[in-house]
Amino acid sequence: MKTKFLIPLFAFFALAILLGVGLTLNPKELPSALINKPAPHFSLDLLNGSGSTFSPSDLKGERWILNVWASWCPSCKYEHPIFNEIASKTSIPLVGLNYKDKPQDATRWLAQRGNPYTKIPSDINGDVGIEWGVYGAPETFVIDEQGNIIYRHAGPIDPQILESEIAPFFPQLQTLFASAKG
Amino acid sequence: MLSKLKLNAIVLLTLISISGAAFSVVELAEFKSAEEEARYKSLIAELRCPKCQNQNLLDSDAPIAADLRRKTRTLIDEGKSNQEVKAFMLDRYGDFVLYKPRFTAATAFLWIGPFVLLALVVFSLLRRIRKKQDAELLKSSQADDEAVRIKVRNLMSSSPSLGKPNETPNND
Repeated sequence: MKTKFLIPLFAFFALAILLGVGLTLNPKELPSALINKPAPHFSLDLLNGSGSTFSPSDLKGERWILNVWASWCPSCKYEHPIFNEIASKTSIPLVGLNYKDKPQDATRWLAQRGNPYTKIPSDINGDVGIEWGVYGAPETFVIDEQGNIIYRHAGPIDPQILESEIAPFFPQLQTLFASAKG
Repeated sequence: MLSKLKLNAIVLLTLISISGAAFSVVELAEFKSAEEEARYKSLIAELRCPKCQNQNLLDSDAPIAADLRRKTRTLIDEGKSNQEVKAFMLDRYGDFVLYKPRFTAATAFLWIGPFVLLALVVFSLLRRIRKKQDAELLKSSQADDEAVRIKVRNLMSSSPSLGKPNETPNND
């Protein structure tokens, strides 16, 4: 009975801890609505592809990466070397969705920085981006053999994210990291 | 009363504020009916821009907000209901796009929490009030008892027939 006056104090601390934890969360990390759902269908012309197209169903049976990028996007420059590395050291299909970009700008950008992509579908008006729940470049998705989205990252990929979040989906990347360490 | 200069300033300010409203971010859009336009306006006010954290599609001039406004317009044009437009956005962008969260297991606390809290406070308040009333009642009944006792004692001492045997000491 004598300790009853402590109840507001405990309530205060409980609330302070709850709100404190809330402050440390990153509000920009939105939960993805498409995880474990079939990758939205599209069929887009390839960048400079003279009329040939790409559709996610082309890669059915394979596990692949879709990277949303644009020449106007500063963070894309930052993450680009990582994709160059993946392309040179593994055989993982790497599709680069060119998002709301001018084809000639995109071509020049890739000529300067290297082209890691196996296919570059060109989403000029951003409609496919909307279908995939993209809200800005860069974004990176992993699609499994059944055509389901199993991973999504909004924002640039860095080596640490590649190792801890994306490599677990790809044995080839895991052996790469293992050999780099050993 | 008002000088001409002041009047001019007022007119100018009014004009500036009106033109400010006319040049907001939303692009001009044509609709088949006023009803569709009203639906469009209410939808883009209700849907949240996924890029800009705390603006709706109406307020934001982020490119993605413009794209989603265009998509909303297209969907309305295709004859989709408000519910269908919201479901479309929800499927792609998750609960974040709705300023008014849906009622799900994850948001139940959000919706019910305040009412639970209110009920708890009302309950504990009522209990406290009742306790206090009981205590006062007890106190007043005790006071009543005391008053009756004094009254009886006074009656007994003032009434000769009752008081006599007690008053006169027995010397036997």
